[in-house]
Amino acid sequence: MLSSTGHPFIFLLPVLALLIFWVMAKFEPKPVGVTKKSFFQRNGTPVAIYLIVAVTFWALFMIVLPQLFMVEMSFRPKLPPVEMGGPKDLYTFENYHYFIYGSTTSSDAINWVHIKAFFLTILASLLVALFNFALCYPLAFYMAQVARPARVRFLLLLLIAPYWVNEILRAFAFRIIFSSGGLINKMLLGAGFVDQPIDFIGNDIALYAGLGYAYMLMMIFSLYNAIETLDHAQIEAARDLGAPWWHIHAFIVIPFAKPGIASGCTLVFMLSAGSLAAPLVLGGPRSLWFTPILYDRFFQAFNWPQGAAYAFILLLACVSFVLLVLRLGRLSLGEIAK
Amino acid sequence: MTAAVEIDHLTVQFGLFTAVKDVSLQIRQGEFFSFLGPSGCGKTTILRAISGFQEPTQGAIRIGGQDMSGIGPNQRPTALIFQNLALFPLMTVAENIGYGLRVRGVAKAERDRKVDELLNLIALSDQGNKKIEELSGGQKQRVAIARALAVEPKVLLLDEPLSALDLKLRQHMRNELRAIQRRVGVTFIYITHDQGEALTMSDRIAVMNRGKIEQIGNGRDVYEHPQTSFVAAFVGENNGFTGTIKNVSGDQAEIETSIGRLVGMNKRSLAVGAKATLFVRPELMQFGAEGENKLSGMAADAAYEGMTTHLTMKASDGSSVVATLTGAPAREFPASGSPVSFAFSTRDAIILPA
Repeated sequence: MLSSTGHPFIFLLPVLALLIFWVMAKFEPKPVGVTKKSFFQRNGTPVAIYLIVAVTFWALFMIVLPQLFMVEMSFRPKLPPVEMGGPKDLYTFENYHYFIYGSTTSSDAINWVHIKAFFLTILASLLVALFNFALCYPLAFYMAQVARPARVRFLLLLLIAPYWVNEILRAFAFRIIFSSGGLINKMLLGAGFVDQPIDFIGNDIALYAGLGYAYMLMMIFSLYNAIETLDHAQIEAARDLGAPWWHIHAFIVIPFAKPGIASGCTLVFMLSAGSLAAPLVLGGPRSLWFTPILYDRFFQAFNWPQGAAYAFILLLACVSFVLLVLRLGRLSLGEIAK
Repeated sequence: MTAAVEIDHLTVQFGLFTAVKDVSLQIRQGEFFSFLGPSGCGKTTILRAISGFQEPTQGAIRIGGQDMSGIGPNQRPTALIFQNLALFPLMTVAENIGYGLRVRGVAKAERDRKVDELLNLIALSDQGNKKIEELSGGQKQRVAIARALAVEPKVLLLDEPLSALDLKLRQHMRNELRAIQRRVGVTFIYITHDQGEALTMSDRIAVMNRGKIEQIGNGRDVYEHPQTSFVAAFVGENNGFTGTIKNVSGDQAEIETSIGRLVGMNKRSLAVGAKATLFVRPELMQFGAEGENKLSGMAADAAYEGMTTHLTMKASDGSSVVATLTGAPAREFPASGSPVSFAFSTRDAIILPA
C-alpha cells in the first residue's frame, strides 16, 4: 500500500493537468492563413493577466483542489488526529469496501441498508425529475408560446416569489400541510373522500412533493428557454397541415426542446439526489435517502474519510447516469448548456 | 359553379382596432387571386381568417360552399405557406413534405410514393434525404409549396413567401409559382405588398387599404383603370396633381391645381367643384414633346436604370414630377437647375376623387 503522506502529490496534480492541456493545445492543428487576435491583444495585457489569474485561482482553489482533497481523503483510514501521517496512515479501499460489505457488526455481510438507500435515491430522483417535467411542460409551453408578455411576467413573479422563503422553512411548511392533521387531510376528510387521514409523510409522498417543488424553477426555466426559441409559425404550420395538438407536441415541440428538457431533467435529478434538507425534514420514519446517510458519516460517525467515499460514489453515479442519458438522447453537453 | 372561397361581410377586430372592415368577395375555382396592399392593410388578417387561425368578429367564410365557422385550421381544406416558410428544421426534406400525410395516417408506402411525386414536381427528385438547412432559399421555397400541396388542399394560401429572396430569385420564383399553379390547378390566394408580384402572377387582384377593398380586377384593370386615388398611387408609380374640378365636358374634366389647369379623363363622372386628383403615369409623361397639357419647371435629377431613365422635374410649386423614358430622348435632359418642360395628353390622364 502506498503511504498517504503524499500531500505535495495532490497539489502537483492540477499543475500536471494544466501542463498536459498546454501540450495538447500546442499540438492542436491550427487553421492555416487565419490570423486571429490573441487573447492578450484583444483584452490588453493587464486585463488578460487578471482574467487568467482570477479564473485559474477560482477554478483551482474553489473547485479542483477541495474536490481532489476529498477524493484523496476517501482513500485514507479513519484515525485519531495524533496518528494522522503516522505509520498507520496508508491508502486503503476500506471506505468503498464498507459501502458494499460494511455494517457495525461484521465486514462480510452485504451492506443492504446503504446500497438500497443509494439505488432508491437514484430511482426516486429520476422519478422526481420525470414528474417535474410532466408538471412543468404545460406551464412552460403556455408561458413560452401562448401567453402575452404581461401575463408571462406575472407568472414568473408568482413562480419566483415562494423561493424567497428559504428551503428548510419551505420543507417544514410542507410537513405541516401534509401531516395527518394538516390542511390536505382536513380537506379530504371534510369533503368525505377518505375516512382515515392519509399518511403522506410515512408513504414518502410529502418527500417527493417537497423535492419536486424545491427544484421546479430549474425545470421551468430550462423548458421555457428552449420552447421560447421555437418559431410559433412552426406550430401553426403543423396545425395547418392537419396535426392534432398531441402530435404537434410529440413531433414538433418536444424534439425541438430536447436540449432544454435534458438540461432541466439532469439539473433536477442531480439536485434531488444531492438534496439534504427535504429528506431530513420530510422523510418518513422508514424512508432512507442516501444524503442523510452521507451526512451521518461525517457528523454522527465522525468518519470523514468514509463520508468522502460515499459522496464520491454518489457524484460518480450521478455524473455517469447523466452522461448515459445524454448519450441515449444523442445530445452533447454543449447543447444542453445553451 | 360555387366559388372556391366566398368571403361574406367579413369584419375582424382586435380590441378597438378594426383590421378588416366588412369585406365581401368571391374567389373562383382554380384562380390565382392576390391581395395587394401596404403593410397593416388587413390582407394577412384575411388570409389568417381563411386558414382558420383568426376567428371573424362578424361575417362568414365559405370554402367550396361550406361555412367554415367553428372549424379549426387543422380541419379546413386549406394549406398555408408562411412568410418565413416555417419548414421543420429537425426533419428531412421528404419528412417535411410527408408531414401532413403522416398526420392523416396515410400508410408509409403510399406516403413515400406521394412524396416522390411532389419532389418531382418541384424538381428536387433525389434530394429527399437532405436536411432543410442544406437547401438554398429557392429550394426551401419549393419544399414549402410541396409540403402544402401534399395534403391536397382545395385552396393554397401564400403569405408573402417570396419576400425573403433576392431580386433575381424572386423573379424566377414568380414564374415557377405560376407554372406550379397551372399544373396542379389548385386555387391560389396570394398576399403581397409588391405590385410587381401581384401583376405578373395573378388572374385577379384585390387592392386593399385600411381594412377595405379598394378595387378588384385583373392586372390591367388595376394598373390602367384605377377606380380610386389609393389604387392609382399604390399600384405602380404615378404623378398626382390635386385640386378642384372647374369644368366638365363630355368624358373630360378640367382641374385647377397649384401648378395650373390640367385636363384629364373624368372616369368617375365628378361634378364641378369636387376635390379631385389627376394622375399621369411617368411612362406616359413626355419630355421634349408638345402635348395637350404642359408642365414646366427645373430639371432636378436623372436616375439612369439601364433600360429606362427616370427624369425628375421640380415644378413651380416645388413638387416633383417624374417622367420615365426609354432610350435616346433621356440623354437630352439638361443638367439640374436648367428649365425644362414635360407634357402629357388628356387621354393618358385620369381624374379620381381625392
